[in-house]
Amino acid sequence: MDRAFRSAITACGLAVLGVLGLIVYELVTRSSLSWHAFGFKFFATSEWDPVNEQFGALPFIYGTLVSSLVALVIAVPLAVGVAVFTTEMCPKALRSPLSFFVELLAAIPSVIYGLWAIFVLVPVLSEYVQPFLAKTFGWTGIFSGPPYGIGMLAAGIILAIMIIPIISAITREVLMVVPQHQREGVLALGATRWEMIRVGVLRNARAGIVGGIILGLGRALGETMAVTMVIGNRPEIAKSLFAPGYTMASVLANEFSEATGDTYLSALVEIGLALFLVTIVVNALARLMVWTVTRGQPARGHV
Amino acid sequence: MSENGTAPHTTTVPPISLRRRITDHAMTGAAILTVILVLAPLVAIFAYLVYRGVGSINWAFLTQTPKPVGESGGGMANAIIGSVMILAIASIIGVPFGVGAGIYLAEFGRNRLGGIIRFTADVLNGVPSIVIGIVGYSIVVLYQKHFSALAGGVALSIMMVPTISRTTEEMLLLVPQALREAAYGLGVPRWRTTLSIVLRTATSGVITGIMLAFARIAGETAPLLFTTLGNQFWNIRYDQPTAALPLQIFVYANSPYEDWHRQAWAGSFVLIVLIVTSVAAVRYVVRRGSFGGAS
Repeated sequence: MDRAFRSAITACGLAVLGVLGLIVYELVTRSSLSWHAFGFKFFATSEWDPVNEQFGALPFIYGTLVSSLVALVIAVPLAVGVAVFTTEMCPKALRSPLSFFVELLAAIPSVIYGLWAIFVLVPVLSEYVQPFLAKTFGWTGIFSGPPYGIGMLAAGIILAIMIIPIISAITREVLMVVPQHQREGVLALGATRWEMIRVGVLRNARAGIVGGIILGLGRALGETMAVTMVIGNRPEIAKSLFAPGYTMASVLANEFSEATGDTYLSALVEIGLALFLVTIVVNALARLMVWTVTRGQPARGHV
Repeated sequence: MSENGTAPHTTTVPPISLRRRITDHAMTGAAILTVILVLAPLVAIFAYLVYRGVGSINWAFLTQTPKPVGESGGGMANAIIGSVMILAIASIIGVPFGVGAGIYLAEFGRNRLGGIIRFTADVLNGVPSIVIGIVGYSIVVLYQKHFSALAGGVALSIMMVPTISRTTEEMLLLVPQALREAAYGLGVPRWRTTLSIVLRTATSGVITGIMLAFARIAGETAPLLFTTLGNQFWNIRYDQPTAALPLQIFVYANSPYEDWHRQAWAGSFVLIVLIVTSVAAVRYVVRRGSFGGAS
């Protein structure tokens, strides 16, 4: 009986490995057609023409990277700011409701973010934000073109809202394992509170914060629904953030169920494989960095 | 910092310069500003959900199937039932495997294999849901030859396993070692100890983990796009294309019809209520139940 129980439980554990193996196997075998047809050129050309069976994934890779980058630029200062405020500055009574509300952001389904973005964020962008940006920074070329609202900028902003909870939760966890005597030591040297935070806390937690940021990046790269709803879905590489774009995840969302022809489907699966590999690497890296900081510390015990 | 020989009450700490004080205040202000900027969208989203959602829910929405394109009226009853069905399939597959893997990690996983499985679970957690959808498509849809609720359930169950296994492990590790030893001392076999003593003590924590995973998959849309596909009509068969609430919201939000937009908001509101109440209900039952748990 004991042996049977142990094997059943072990089988459940091994199933986790099996699932990962299955994902890799399915993605690799089903994308081999496209891989053999296009090779590395697949990732370097930007022609996406299902009718003539010519496939290049560059616009999608570009769109994924740029929208995630915009999201990071917006999310990182905000998320770290919130984490610093909740751990170092705010009154004790506010601490847990505040982090609860921020983490509530993570519980909202992606499709609802998208819905909100279409009907609230996009109109605000095209009415107020984009005209202002065009007038002030239009000369850079990054903020130019017609202010439709829909496009790379909207995708970046909605992604930022979605990844803030992850980055800020990890940052908070990392800040809390910085030993109290670090803070006391710096304060005793006559530092102001901000100097204490900068020298005593942030500097010690650097690797962990970067880990949290990379974890947020991993989430942003693979995020599908909200982005698909506001990015414009056009496979073009444009310099302006006002222009529509396309991401790897959203091309899968839009075209997979309607893909006709083996090469077309295989090309889409290859995009999925690329997305999978990138997020695996990014996530493994992030876990490692967070782990170097919180290692040996009961990270959640400090609340 | 008093110097040698001086009386303790005369301090010689140099005053903090104006520049440093201004920086300090400015950074505090900046931190408060970030909190406001982060909470603003949260408040805006919930306000809009309630404002547009509650006003749009009516009896027809909850009891009827969608009307043909362009016609107003109708509802999402089939999508609500479809979602419940898909989530049930996902939970039936995902929960036992997740809890089992968690038990393995906590009770037998203090070795190399355990480390590998733990890391794999964390990595799986970060796999984009759309990629999981591709897998659901190729392991179920391609064999059944058509889209189905089962395919969606399988895809979602893959997403549940890593979350459940890691939280289950965490909760089982909180159970004091002495409890296990006491059971062994009484001659209770290991499987019985694990199930009736350790797992039972940690029940409330384990269920919280399950609900966390459930809440996460309940709103998932991407893995359903090419597994369950969606359906304008009633379907309660596991092997047929099935409507799901998140899918319906997605389709309606992207449509050009005002009435469909209204229904998308209503659907979102129902979805949020569904998630929150199911989580709250299970926690309430667990708390009131005979097993108080370790927490």
